[in-house]
Amino acid sequence: MGPNRNISILLTVPALLVVALLFIYPLGFSLVGAFQDKAGVWTLGNFGRAWELYRLDTAFTVVIVLVSCVLIALMSIAIGGYLTLGESPLAKSILGFLYRWPLFIPFIVAAQCMRTFIARNGMMNMTLVYFGILDLDQVQGFLDWRGIVFTFVWKQTPFVALMVAGAMAGLDRATIEAARNLGASRLRILVEIVVPQVSRTLAVGLVLSFVTMMSVLSVPLMLSGQSPSMLTVNMAWRINSVGDYGTANALGFVSYLMTGFAAWFYLRHGMREKAGQ
Amino acid sequence: MSASFRWPLRAILLGLFAFAIFGPLANLLIWSVAEAWFWPNKLPSQWGFRFWEVVFRPSGRAMESLWLSVWIALLTTACALALSIPAGYALARGKLPWRPLVLLLFLLPQAFPSLPVYINIARIFFTFDLNGTVPGVVLVHTVHGLVYSVWIATAAFAAIEPELEQAARNMGATAPRTFFEVTLPLAAPGLVASAIFVFLESLDEFTGSFFVGAPEVRTLPLLLYNASAGGNIQIASISALILLVPSVAFMLLVERFLKGEVMAKLGR
Repeated sequence: MGPNRNISILLTVPALLVVALLFIYPLGFSLVGAFQDKAGVWTLGNFGRAWELYRLDTAFTVVIVLVSCVLIALMSIAIGGYLTLGESPLAKSILGFLYRWPLFIPFIVAAQCMRTFIARNGMMNMTLVYFGILDLDQVQGFLDWRGIVFTFVWKQTPFVALMVAGAMAGLDRATIEAARNLGASRLRILVEIVVPQVSRTLAVGLVLSFVTMMSVLSVPLMLSGQSPSMLTVNMAWRINSVGDYGTANALGFVSYLMTGFAAWFYLRHGMREKAGQ
Repeated sequence: MSASFRWPLRAILLGLFAFAIFGPLANLLIWSVAEAWFWPNKLPSQWGFRFWEVVFRPSGRAMESLWLSVWIALLTTACALALSIPAGYALARGKLPWRPLVLLLFLLPQAFPSLPVYINIARIFFTFDLNGTVPGVVLVHTVHGLVYSVWIATAAFAAIEPELEQAARNMGATAPRTFFEVTLPLAAPGLVASAIFVFLESLDEFTGSFFVGAPEVRTLPLLLYNASAGGNIQIASISALILLVPSVAFMLLVERFLKGEVMAKLGR
């Protein structure tokens, strides 16, 4: 059933051609540019400069993205878990209504929202002061790495939670009911029965979120332009202000390695699962 | 935990969650109608629509930018669907050699931080006079959107029971007829979901538009960014609210299309 080998290739070629011409070809330009100086001579000097100027920012980028991924995973499991195992239909429907809102909100809009919400004089601090949880002279702004993490988690959790909740809804209820009848707590059912069965879906969502966070320029640029910042901001700076394509391409190469590692991690996970079947 | 403690706990947690979700949006909304707001006032001291008039003034560029952004997003969606429906069908149903590699290839535009690639695209486009044109921006957005449209289209086709197609074939339907009358309608909700993703990704996109489109093609995200960088919080907030309308409208619509079975098939 389905198209044969030749027709399959033919159906895929137009899309592959667009990716090849408009992505892989310019990507090749940028990869070559990472290893050449301005005169076109092969060199590792761009990486030397990148290491010298941006090693802290590179570590910073890894930490921000990984912390965001961990928080997104925990939030998604919590949301999906309550939607699957929760006992109150009202609480479930309120949660189901609430969590999706940031899903389609553009990153640049999320960044603009957070620029005011978590600033020193933002609504978050003002509300905490209003309820007497914070004193007015204690308030601090979060427009730094914490703001970037908060915005990434705010924006990406609905996407991963939607996938995870969908996978959880499709699970066989019999095992869950059996465990419940044997007296297992809901937390234990979630951790030991539900999460292992949706780990593949969770991994896909996290890989997609990882690469999205590595590609977004607007959020780190608008929330924390100062040092230390993320690699995307550094690359924009090298090009817009210094006109230094070599170092920018070297930094691009570094972030490509990071996202390549994430994709490899997912594929290895998938192959191990297939081998086990 | 005794049942009497459950509702207060639920209410507190849901309340905190609602504040985290809607707080940033509320702050944006308040800033759009704040004419004067000084530290440490919890709310603006002067409210009004003065900045809305600035944005919607005929000489203002916001409305022009909005329609341009929507037009670019529609063209991008059409291009991405035309490419991803055949590709997704082949990836889900066909006998494609190196299938995981092909799927990974479509992930690449999303996997590589787009900024250095966009600069090199701009260099290539310069030769073809595509810089600063709508087709140039549409092409850049299409490549970016293909990752969503191909992966979701593949999942949508994979979620259909092959027996249904087999039944149509057994009753004498040709392969194209089976595809257009059985497979495509069944996959339609998933394909609409992928179209929505592509549309919103295009509407959101600003790095590529900046390098390939600016200054001739000025999309709404570009306008918002310039206002925000210039410290014009009200103008930036109003532009952000305008971008928010299609996003929220689609979120309310998309529940019909984003089915759990399709989402669970993603990446398989």
